[in-house]
Amino acid sequence: MTSDTWVPGKRSDTATSGIASDPHFTYVLRVADDRLVLGHRLSEWCGHAPILEEDIALGNFALDLVGQASALLKHAGEIEGKGRSEDTLAYFRDAVEFRNCLLVELPRGDFAMTLMRQFLFDAFDVLLLEGLAASSDKTLGGIAAKAEKEARYHVRHSAEWLRMLGDGTAESHERAQRALNDLWMYTPELFVADDVERAIVERGIGPHPAELRDRWLATVQRVVSEATLTLPPDEHAASGGRIGRHTEHLGRMLSDMQSLARAHPGATW
Amino acid sequence: MLAAHDVWAWLEDVKDPEVPVLSVVELGIVRDVRIDDGSVTVTITPTYSGCPAMLEIEQEIMRALGARGVESVRLETVYAPAWTTDWMSDAAKQKLTAYGIAPPGRVAQEPNVVAIRSRRTKTDRSVVACPYCGSQETELRSQYGSTACKAIQFCRSCQQPFEEFKTF
Repeated sequence: MTSDTWVPGKRSDTATSGIASDPHFTYVLRVADDRLVLGHRLSEWCGHAPILEEDIALGNFALDLVGQASALLKHAGEIEGKGRSEDTLAYFRDAVEFRNCLLVELPRGDFAMTLMRQFLFDAFDVLLLEGLAASSDKTLGGIAAKAEKEARYHVRHSAEWLRMLGDGTAESHERAQRALNDLWMYTPELFVADDVERAIVERGIGPHPAELRDRWLATVQRVVSEATLTLPPDEHAASGGRIGRHTEHLGRMLSDMQSLARAHPGATW
Repeated sequence: MLAAHDVWAWLEDVKDPEVPVLSVVELGIVRDVRIDDGSVTVTITPTYSGCPAMLEIEQEIMRALGARGVESVRLETVYAPAWTTDWMSDAAKQKLTAYGIAPPGRVAQEPNVVAIRSRRTKTDRSVVACPYCGSQETELRSQYGSTACKAIQFCRSCQQPFEEFKTF
């Protein structure tokens, strides 16, 4: 964390207002921001992926995720009821107001890092969306049921890549293992149950995160083992994104993602 | 007097910009048409959440109905029920094949995520027949193609790459 993304005591009104006022709004932001940030990270590969097919695949992943984020942010804006559109929420919030987990904001790294992160997220995402499809919030449920179909294609693709990289050459194996080691400490945040999550479970809006974890772990363990990789020990856990305490990477990413909209507010083309 | 079936018929003229052989009606993008006092409400749903063609499709619908003299058109986007290729008619699938795109199969009950397959094999999925020569000696090259809704396949018989409209 650096001073340009989060300062204790400073601007706590914007950093915590969503949590204090309405867990429903905050929760939908969390689900939306994971997608927006990860979608943007994936879009950074456009024109740079190792092969053309993968360039196209990652671009399609990004489209799906940003499309989902757009629908969810629109819904979040309606829940909040202050007239903020999906574009306002995407382009005119600062890093402290984003509610994505840290995993998705980390730099894209090499191809192994990108695909490992994608698999760890996709395996979680299918389960989350499956749970959200039964949400008492019908709009959220509709968006999730649609997104779940997309997520199933994603996880199939990222799992397959993991096996190819892990069970590939010595170099690809080493890079995949390094990616897993580096990312593992960011995965517990996907399952943290705080006041927001508890309120959401109580109101039947979303699934209990801890209940997703066992199924997620079973999938991850199986694919990791098929990829001849080794799960690192659970030693450290990094979190904070869900309450607006981000790594320095998010601010830099947003300065890129938001620059056009902020330089030309209201522009259309 | 404007009738809903007229509007449905006119919307058959609006083709999907990425699959120009099919109309937005045939693709199942148009979900409903309502008419109240001469004002038309068209309900549409995106194929994939991030389908970049949606804006153009919306504009084309407005243009097509405007050209027929409909002055008041409202578009509503819905996400549920989620769009599926099962809404595509057999006639539409035949048009796709004739256009060189292998049509989607029927959506099978998806297994749980833990059933992520171990290896890509020939038995991995139902066989996709080559739209050019009809051969079933085809292989999946990439799950993602030129648009979100298409995969890239290769025919070993006629040595042609081709696109498949993914079952979704």
